[in-house]
Amino acid sequence: MSTPQQGLRARDLSLGYEGADIISGLTLDVPDARVTSIIGPNGCGKSTLLRGLGRLLNPRSGDVLLDGIPLREHSTRHIATRISVLPQAPTAPSGLTVADLVSRGRHPRQKWYQQFSASDERVVEAALEATDILELADSPLEDLSGGQRQRAWISMTLAQETGILLLDEPTTYLDLAHQVDVLELVRRLYREHHRTVVMVLHDISLAARYSDHIIAMKDGAIVAQGTPSEVITPECLLEVFGLDAHVVAEPTEGRPHVIPLGTVGAAPVHT
Amino acid sequence: MKTLNLEAGPTDERAPAGPAAPAPPRRKAPRNRTAWFLASVLALLLASALSICIGGQPSSLQEAWHALFTPTGNVMDVTIRELRWPRTVLGICAGICLGLAGTLVQGHTRNPVADPGLLGINQGAALAIVAAIAIAGDLPALAQALLAFAGALVASVLVFMIGSAARYGATPVTLVLAGAAVTALCSGLVAGIVLLNDQALDTLRFWQVGSLAGRTGVLQLVWPFIAAGVVLALLNIRALNALALGADTAVSLGISVLRARAVGIGAVTLLAGTAVTLAGPIAFAGLLVPHITRAITGPDYRWLVPVSPFTGATVVLLADTAGRLIARPGELSVAVVLAVVGAPFFIYLARRKRLQTL
Repeated sequence: MSTPQQGLRARDLSLGYEGADIISGLTLDVPDARVTSIIGPNGCGKSTLLRGLGRLLNPRSGDVLLDGIPLREHSTRHIATRISVLPQAPTAPSGLTVADLVSRGRHPRQKWYQQFSASDERVVEAALEATDILELADSPLEDLSGGQRQRAWISMTLAQETGILLLDEPTTYLDLAHQVDVLELVRRLYREHHRTVVMVLHDISLAARYSDHIIAMKDGAIVAQGTPSEVITPECLLEVFGLDAHVVAEPTEGRPHVIPLGTVGAAPVHT
Repeated sequence: MKTLNLEAGPTDERAPAGPAAPAPPRRKAPRNRTAWFLASVLALLLASALSICIGGQPSSLQEAWHALFTPTGNVMDVTIRELRWPRTVLGICAGICLGLAGTLVQGHTRNPVADPGLLGINQGAALAIVAAIAIAGDLPALAQALLAFAGALVASVLVFMIGSAARYGATPVTLVLAGAAVTALCSGLVAGIVLLNDQALDTLRFWQVGSLAGRTGVLQLVWPFIAAGVVLALLNIRALNALALGADTAVSLGISVLRARAVGIGAVTLLAGTAVTLAGPIAFAGLLVPHITRAITGPDYRWLVPVSPFTGATVVLLADTAGRLIARPGELSVAVVLAVVGAPFFIYLARRKRLQTL
């Protein structure tokens, strides 16, 4: 197991864009070699936290530590060999092929004077294979379905060969089947290789299904964290989302599944 | 952590049969980009030959060869050596600058209708010229060119400073806004000055129409800036490829976005500033050339950046030569020809089925 010095942690972290802090004084140890999902209502700061963890947003105060050293003291290029970040709904230029996109994941490991090496080529091919899109390698990205496209982006983060992957709503704009497809892929790839995943997810039941660890956030603070069954309870849903819900065990693995009844404060659906 | 082996995963655990996979898109044969690169070099050689041979008194290739390599001082030798050859070289240099600057500015803004003029460079140059004439009276062409260069530099530095003053530094949006503001300010001042000063107005009228005619002599002074701009552009290639996936992804790939933007804007300033110094404002070249180049190379900047100087020079030379052919015995300036070609091209861009994203 890792020493407490390793991995990704936030210490007394404050983040914001303009005006007041969105997150202030947050402390978090990201569980190593686990799939963690951050859930919470719109505007609770979950994407902001993810951006902070991935140094897309610099802390106003406090630190994000990678192996015990603040991110700001690492070069951005070094961080890119340890952490990959997939933003929400990323865009690529017209005509870019899947193979071109995935190759760009090699960037942090290349020097400007180096050509694309044979080992880069192998890693790219393995990444395409792992995400099951090898036969699409020469297709332009815009010709792919939404699910295939998301596989291509995940493939790019694989080619980056980082131990930590941060995903901001990887299932946005996908239908349910594609959502499941992407989450299965992420869980399979990262569990098998004992890598760390942190993702922001909207769907609580899917988060419960595909995560080892859940972080529930509200108003920029962590309200609860733990295993899915510890966190996803009617009490917690009420507190975090203001949602009145039943939580049942889903029939395959017994993980919590949310059946919403109504929002608190809204007009009652029934009496 | 050791390098992660991607193949190691047990393959028996298949992802559940996901959504019914649509028919795989047809595979495109990878473009043979080396061949296209050579074709663009060949096109430039051809355009140069046309530019040298076509004029008031057309010459054959043998005559051109004779004039350039074994001159005896006959009339055609003098015409070619004194007029057409310098003009061709000027066109090549202006084309290199405009092609590269256009490619970089579209890459950094990810905007397919961006053009180097966006950074206030042309209006800055115009303002420097008319202001100097209003103060000091008539100026020789060389002094005008140097003023244009200084004005272009000051304007783009100003744009970059205003654009960077935003909370999160220079972004494409803040740069374009700052560029629009500086452009508006400069045009306002130019309009004010030429209203009060006839001499400035006369100079502006000639200068404002970008042309390769009678603008030699400046190149010897500004070529180092072209060289520096080309070097910066080449250094920017990998960052451009990462930035094409969005600023967030670029950061995730280890790009220092601020530094990459500074290098890119620096290159655009040097190149577009030099182009306006050499030939006056040539609208549309910086817009057209990146589109033509992308159609040849695809969106990879490792090819776009090296090929765009060749396509840029070819386009400028062809437009200049066409202008000499169309309006015989007079001539249409290169900027006018490009504007005539460029306007329909804009309509074509707007009417494409799928809007191009960068």
